[in-house]
Amino acid sequence: MTELISKKPFFERFAIWLKKNLFNTPTNSVISIFLLAFIWKGIEGLFTWIFIKGVWSGGASVCREAGGFCFPFLFEKTRFIIFGFYPDGQLWRPTCAMLILIGTLFYSKEPNRWNKKLAYLWSISTFFIFWLMGGGLGLTEVTNDKWGGLPLTLLLATIGIVCSYPLGIVLALMRRSKLKVLKSISVVYIEIIRGVPLISVLFMSSVMFPLFLPEGVNFDKLLRAQIAIILFVSAYMAEVIRGGLSSIPKGQYEAAHTLGLSYFDTMRSIIIPQAIRIVIPPTVNTAIGMFKDTSLVLIIALFDLLNTTKTSLRDPEWLGFSLEAYVFVGLIYFVFCFSMSKYSQRLEREFGMKER
Amino acid sequence: MSENMIEINDLNKWYDDFHVLKDINLSVRKGEKIVVCGPSGSGKSTMIRCINRLEEFQKGSLHVEGIPLNSDLKNIEQIRKEVGMVFQHFNLFPHLSIIDNLILAPMRVRKMPKKDATDMAMQYLEMVKIADQAHKFPGQLSGGQKQRVAIARSLCMKPKILLFDEPTSALDPEMVKEVLEVMVDLAKEGITMICVTHEMGFAREVADRVIFMDAGQILEENTPHEFFDNPQNERTKEFLSQIIN
Ligand SMILES: Nc1ncnc2c1ncn2[C@@H]1O[C@H](COP(=O)(O)OP(=O)(O)OP(=O)(O)O)[C@@H](O)[C@H]1O
Ligand SMILES: [Mg+2]
Repeated sequence: MTELISKKPFFERFAIWLKKNLFNTPTNSVISIFLLAFIWKGIEGLFTWIFIKGVWSGGASVCREAGGFCFPFLFEKTRFIIFGFYPDGQLWRPTCAMLILIGTLFYSKEPNRWNKKLAYLWSISTFFIFWLMGGGLGLTEVTNDKWGGLPLTLLLATIGIVCSYPLGIVLALMRRSKLKVLKSISVVYIEIIRGVPLISVLFMSSVMFPLFLPEGVNFDKLLRAQIAIILFVSAYMAEVIRGGLSSIPKGQYEAAHTLGLSYFDTMRSIIIPQAIRIVIPPTVNTAIGMFKDTSLVLIIALFDLLNTTKTSLRDPEWLGFSLEAYVFVGLIYFVFCFSMSKYSQRLEREFGMKER
Repeated sequence: MSENMIEINDLNKWYDDFHVLKDINLSVRKGEKIVVCGPSGSGKSTMIRCINRLEEFQKGSLHVEGIPLNSDLKNIEQIRKEVGMVFQHFNLFPHLSIIDNLILAPMRVRKMPKKDATDMAMQYLEMVKIADQAHKFPGQLSGGQKQRVAIARSLCMKPKILLFDEPTSALDPEMVKEVLEVMVDLAKEGITMICVTHEMGFAREVADRVIFMDAGQILEENTPHEFFDNPQNERTKEFLSQIIN
């Protein structure tokens, strides 16, 4: 049956699909027509705004007059939105750093590459990323208060996710431990962190923490924010992973026990690999949440992607183009979050096919 | 005493108030094959799980190869290496391929190089007639194949004692035979076996002794021939008549 349909030309197949899925009963037909009209209205409005009324050249006044999407604003501000206050002549550096980061992430996405070699690759990439961003060894130094925009957001998020994950695993194992001390530490930590908003953790790390430091000791602000993010997210990761751990059947522990495997080997090779496969969807959910939450670092005056966007809107010459700006960064955020979501679905499918 | 592989004396176990095992006494010689049977809930699993410390007991003593099984972690670890176990529900590691299921413990516990472990694992897969499936995952095998893999996995640790807890009762009838055949082959190799099963054909063919348990006690203990054809205890008679029908 399906084969027969697939041999027909596209439009005919499309018509069959429409009839089967949207117009199969009178009521459904009416609902479909209303919804399609509604969707059409939206698309039409967006299309007119961007392509028909949209302005491709000229200044702010031309844009204001036309009332369409103001591309000149983006042409003018993209540099600042993406790179923040990074020095002008050096923009190739954060660009390369981002490419290395994304390239390494891309390379890491195949499960059959998850081995020691990948760990080496990451150390090398990390070195180059920080060298390019920060300078030294022949490059002009750029202190990290000048870092901003997309590279900053990507770094905060990637390092946040990569570091909070193992920490989350440790916390989850501690919470399930038979040793009361370990268990209590983990419970108290997780509950406290989950009980406060990220903003307050960031605020504490930036404003209160230095008060406790001895005079003259200076602790990098960006590093403090990064640590705050890691500590915060690890509590959530821990709970996600704990969910996976508790869904592993007792028989797996028993089999490991009878084979003589140690606690460490049992966890490392049997329990944790299975647990983290089970919780791929909530893990990615947490990761996506934290990717977007990195934008909260703006309250401690770090210029991440959202903050550079907001700042670009304050230019007196270009007041009033917030829609353009937010559509633009919205798209950037979407591309990254959507890729994560797609990737998680792929991983799930791949593990599911072989192993269930 | 020292030629006994397993020596259980006055073993008692409670789950809270519930007295699961009552004064169990059992010695198993090296190479002996023992079949344990009895009604559901009689404590068969609990007893054999005490032997590799999957369960703790509260009173009595248990020696494996002369090593006392107590709370001394060193002893427990040593005994765990010597005693293999095959479970009713296989308990294979679903995220590892068959070959990886087999080589994991030899590599981690016995510190075998990967190549040697793989060669040995292939031999055991050959023995359980499943070498062609080495690179599949457990989820891709039938129940009978899974159980044969589980047996091979236990053998890879070269245990001196192998415990079976109803290895065929989760299998479809047509797969029971292939697993029992492997177990019969294994019995001929001289390994010490304790097997909880209701497969009477297997018991007759392989067992040196059959043990009947009820309500946490060993009620009868005899050669298969005597046990099946001339049971002494009333409960045994009742039980045998039930499983025959
Ligand atoms: N963790 C536990 N807590 C409390 N009672 C338990 C526990 N495990 C087993 N029991 C009880 O101990 C008794 C013996 O259980 P066991 O599993 O050894 O029986 P069995 O002879 O193997 O039965 P079956 O043939 O059904 O496998 C049963 O009555 C069971 O309900
Ligand atoms: Mg049982």
